[in-house]
Amino acid sequence: MGKYEIRLSGSGGQGLITGGIILAEAAILDGKNAVQTQSYGPEARGGASKAEVIISTDKIDFPKVRDCDIFLSLTQKSFDQYGKNVKENGIIIVDESIDTRNENKVIYSLPIIDTAYNVLGKPMVLNIVALGVIAAITNVVSRNALEEAVLNRVPKGTEELNKKALEMGYSIGKNAIK
Amino acid sequence: MKSKARLMQGNEACVEGAIAAGMRFFAGYPITPSTEIAEFSAEKLPLVGGRFIQMEDEIASMAAIIGASLAGVKSMTATSGPGFSLKQENIGYAALAEVPCVIVDVQRSGPSTGLPTSPAQGDIMQARWGTHGDHPIIALTPSSVRETFDLTIKAFNLSEKYRVPVILLMDEIIGHMRERVELPDISEIEIINRKKPAVSREEYLPYKADDDLIPPMACYGEGYRFHVTGLAHDETGFPTNNPAVADKLYRRIVDKIEFHKDEIVEWEEQNTDDADIIIISVGGVARAADTAMKQLREKGIKVGTYRPITVWPFPDKRLVELADRVKAFVVAEMNLGQMVLEVERIIKDKAKLIKVNKVNGEAIYPEEIMEKIEEVL
Repeated sequence: MGKYEIRLSGSGGQGLITGGIILAEAAILDGKNAVQTQSYGPEARGGASKAEVIISTDKIDFPKVRDCDIFLSLTQKSFDQYGKNVKENGIIIVDESIDTRNENKVIYSLPIIDTAYNVLGKPMVLNIVALGVIAAITNVVSRNALEEAVLNRVPKGTEELNKKALEMGYSIGKNAIK
Repeated sequence: MKSKARLMQGNEACVEGAIAAGMRFFAGYPITPSTEIAEFSAEKLPLVGGRFIQMEDEIASMAAIIGASLAGVKSMTATSGPGFSLKQENIGYAALAEVPCVIVDVQRSGPSTGLPTSPAQGDIMQARWGTHGDHPIIALTPSSVRETFDLTIKAFNLSEKYRVPVILLMDEIIGHMRERVELPDISEIEIINRKKPAVSREEYLPYKADDDLIPPMACYGEGYRFHVTGLAHDETGFPTNNPAVADKLYRRIVDKIEFHKDEIVEWEEQNTDDADIIIISVGGVARAADTAMKQLREKGIKVGTYRPITVWPFPDKRLVELADRVKAFVVAEMNLGQMVLEVERIIKDKAKLIKVNKVNGEAIYPEEIMEKIEEVL
């Protein structure tokens, strides 16, 4: 398939806009075209936030996501607010804390928040764990490109932590599709 | 060789373009959704020997860039609707005193504070007539990150060439969007600098125009006698109440853009050759228009697009030609109908005119344009 529309949603402060930027940068490293947009309220924390990425082998005209191929949600509020426009064969990845209300689609409900908060003990890498999960399940970007994009973006001194977060995300994703 | 492609935000591309064009001074009062332009300027200007200053408000930052430009430094400020309103007084000053400068307005939903983080295109008429009195202005509207880079350079070039304030009229969609870009090599970029006096200091008259209606410009501090005022002035730059002199001045500053209009205007058209319907839009909406055109063409509906790149002066000549052979124009804009007034004036009743307007803070989606077109077919 030539074009993926991806929506990452959660609450402000979870790093999803950075996550969207990293995903788009990974796609460019893979030699593809990418556009990233976002929508957020005036508040700095909380609220429902979303970052959108379109990855394509062609030129991308309209930059906003309409019906997504890949939908990530890390909070109930964002799932309820942004989870409606997913394609029939779209992939939904949610944190295990979310009640998906028997949504009749393929849903991967995984311990993304728990992995960042409790296993790694670093809430700040939540977005990186989520990116690892997405890449493992969907192959929307290559693993090498994603790792390079993560390392290009994260603050100095946090490289090992982020690599570990990415790796854990990958293994959660890989196990989910077994 | 490693690819030069990278992900870049529209606001960042604006700063990259400005620096490539020679901007060495930025004064601003940050406001969403233009804030990144101030941030990137603060970060990047010191690295090239430039200066960044955050002023106490929008009016002062406009004044600061006028002062810096008079001293010979290419200068820019950036704002959004509320700040653009405040800058208007000094934009008029720059227009009358013929001071080159670039003003970026990343449009958001308004009036007043409005929806601060949401896109709109409600400043199209403000860009033209925001300051009082008859005055020249040029406004450019980019619709991609790469084009933001290119048009910021063009904004500086036009402002230097014609000694006129140039508005880079962006919108939140283009300002905040990040997309893949490859920037050109600096050696490939054409840079225009203001015309300098060819006469001695004794002979120099700062407001005596050449045949092209543009007066050569000395820098403050170079030793040329140079008086600048917002009052009507004669060729020496000193105030006058003489009606004949004032008349000549006002007409000249407007005419200098009008006479060069054909060199200044720029637009992009796609699939207009066989089009029955042409969508007219600028900025972020033009991206929705492209998708709408492609999807309607797949259904066999002959749709083209016409995108003014200079929204002021409006590229009217070509539109007159197109009006003779299309059935309808669709003007899509994130306001309640501003650019459409200009289109209406130009096409008269030669073709049907359909409006697509949205002011709820959301982008216009391709489907909304397509539905309107399918309704009228």
